[in-house]
Amino acid sequence: MPGDATERKYYRSLVRNIILAIVIISFTPLILVGGVILDRMRQAYHQKAIEHLSSLSAKHSQDIDRFLADRMAGLRVLARSYSLDQLGDQGFLSEKLRLLKQEYDGGYVDLGLIGPDGIQTGYAGPYDLNLVDYSQAEWYKNSLKSDHFISDVFVGLRNSPHFIIAVKLNQEGRDWILRSTIDFQKFSSLVENIRLGMTGRAFILNFKGESQTNTEPIIIRLQGVVQDFLPEGIGEGTVRVVESQGWNGRPMILAASPLKGGQWFLCLVQELDEFFAPLNEARKMTLSVFLVGGLGIIGVTVFISRRMVRSIAKANREKAALKEKVIAVDRLASLGELAAGVAHEISNPVAIMIEEAGWIEDLIEDDLLETEEGLGELKRAVKQIKTQGDRCKELAAKLLRFARRSDPRTSEVNLNEVVGETLGLLRQKIRYATIRIETHLAPDLPAVAASPAEIQQVIINLLNNSLDALGVQGGRITLNTRSSGANVFLEVEDTGPGIPETILDKIFDPFFTTKPLGQGVGLGLSICFGIVNKLGGEINVSSKMGQGSLFTVRLPAWKKVTAGPAQAETVKTDPALEALRTTAADQEGRP
Amino acid sequence: MKATRILLVDDEVSFVKGLGRTLTRQGLSVISAGNGREALDCLSSEQGRKVDVVILDVKMPGMNGLEALVAIKRLDPLLEIILLTGHATVESAIEGIKLGAFDYLLKPCDLETLLAKIKEAADKKRRQEIKIIEALARNRVKDN
Repeated sequence: MPGDATERKYYRSLVRNIILAIVIISFTPLILVGGVILDRMRQAYHQKAIEHLSSLSAKHSQDIDRFLADRMAGLRVLARSYSLDQLGDQGFLSEKLRLLKQEYDGGYVDLGLIGPDGIQTGYAGPYDLNLVDYSQAEWYKNSLKSDHFISDVFVGLRNSPHFIIAVKLNQEGRDWILRSTIDFQKFSSLVENIRLGMTGRAFILNFKGESQTNTEPIIIRLQGVVQDFLPEGIGEGTVRVVESQGWNGRPMILAASPLKGGQWFLCLVQELDEFFAPLNEARKMTLSVFLVGGLGIIGVTVFISRRMVRSIAKANREKAALKEKVIAVDRLASLGELAAGVAHEISNPVAIMIEEAGWIEDLIEDDLLETEEGLGELKRAVKQIKTQGDRCKELAAKLLRFARRSDPRTSEVNLNEVVGETLGLLRQKIRYATIRIETHLAPDLPAVAASPAEIQQVIINLLNNSLDALGVQGGRITLNTRSSGANVFLEVEDTGPGIPETILDKIFDPFFTTKPLGQGVGLGLSICFGIVNKLGGEINVSSKMGQGSLFTVRLPAWKKVTAGPAQAETVKTDPALEALRTTAADQEGRP
Repeated sequence: MKATRILLVDDEVSFVKGLGRTLTRQGLSVISAGNGREALDCLSSEQGRKVDVVILDVKMPGMNGLEALVAIKRLDPLLEIILLTGHATVESAIEGIKLGAFDYLLKPCDLETLLAKIKEAADKKRRQEIKIIEALARNRVKDN
């Protein structure tokens, strides 16, 4: 059935919507909270990474500065303690070099005294550097400018990277230089020994960006990163932190602190990801918990929604079945009421037939059948019995038609026909109330898709309501049918007392009734509403106190059909219906 | 003894005719009316004053049987009324008896039952009339 397909589609979309709603409701806060926590943790880790690297950088720069200062101090003590003659003596220098090496745990490679002309006059060390002219060497020129001096790393005459510390001695207005070469390997190891996790590196640059420690390709690449702040330098005691792409394209943090009075910089660099390793671990765990939990939520949601919708569908099916039952019960109630009316109507012809039969008996007893008058009476009596029998037959047939018609399936129904038939059924009720019924049935009324039984139930309930509203005072009930566009309208209007505005919106509610206890359960209009709704139409009411009420039923048209000739007039003149319109005073002349 | 006079009230003309004929053959004097209003008019006429028992249909257009019953009782409290209907409910039967009907019969009823009820009703009316006449006579004696 197409209804089943629509229903299935509806329930499927209901399941989908419930699942979607629950998933969104449960996942949104989860994702938000998780995201916020992870973000805050990341920020915290990031801050911690910067602080860690900064403090390391500051500490190691102090260590390295101390190393240099210590070496310089040793040289200065020599320069201040001994005369130029002593310092120019190779044996003396060798002895002092040995002592320095011993006391300072390495670092000093050689010792030399350079005269004011730049010629090294005294030398102790592994190279043959006596009488070497340093007058043009950059470091020599620089060392003359201040009291003491530490050079940048350079290759020089010995063809290996090294740097020099020098102390200026002034004698008789001439500058002598006491110099020592610092063991580059020893110095470099100071930096190389700084351990920075798996990806950390440490190196020293001068302010030109030239490496002062073991040069690795990665350091050469990083030189570009520090170029930006090298020219301006870094304030004493501060650490400069830069975040950038590392040598392998991964983000890294570089912390630089000044050395050697700001001429060098100790740079510590480490990949950011390494700091985030615990965070990434936590993120992975969170994600797996989220995934497992999410799958659980979705699974449970799907299960619960399906079960819920199954229960809803079941409840709806039961409700629909109950509705059908209520309609059937209402129909039975109507049938009972109609049967009572018909019973009364049938009792009259039966009583007449009995009377006529008794009369015939009398005629026979009195031997009057032989006379012409008696025979005439007999014929009249027999005719009367036949007439009354026909009346009974018609009544019984009408009731039977109503009783048998209980199929709720929709078919093509002409409203005009159902109105006529229903009025016939209610004839007894209408006759004894002082009520005039007027019908204005539209010719060529399109059929509607409805169950004839159900649509008749709607008309009976509306008419019963109007009849009850008119009560003993009587009045007029007007039944109209008309079509407009793709809709067919049925209007039932009465001249009753009207419905108070305060209850107008409640009258279609089940069990709402204004009738005294025991005279109605308040289901009639609710049933009408249910039936009309089911057929895709609507039922409306308008009412004015003291003037009456108008119920309008709109039903979608089935298709254009030509109504039968009986409905082809604007005002119906069916003799049976004519009789219904007659009031009590007109009843006299009926056979 | 004079024949019991019946007023038959029913909107079903054929029924009134038939039953009227039958009752006449049983020696009763029958007049008829088509509804409550007509019945009242009839009872107010010279002919109607002699009526002993009214047989009244309950369901009639215009003035229904119960309304007619009240009006008739107001007109002549001694008149006995038998309600007759095809559509009997306990409520309307009780209501009818409360309002002063003699009894209640279902249509179609058999002739014997109807005749018996008519006789009972007529006897009751006669007894009431005799009681009243006797009471009046006693009062007159006292007054004198």
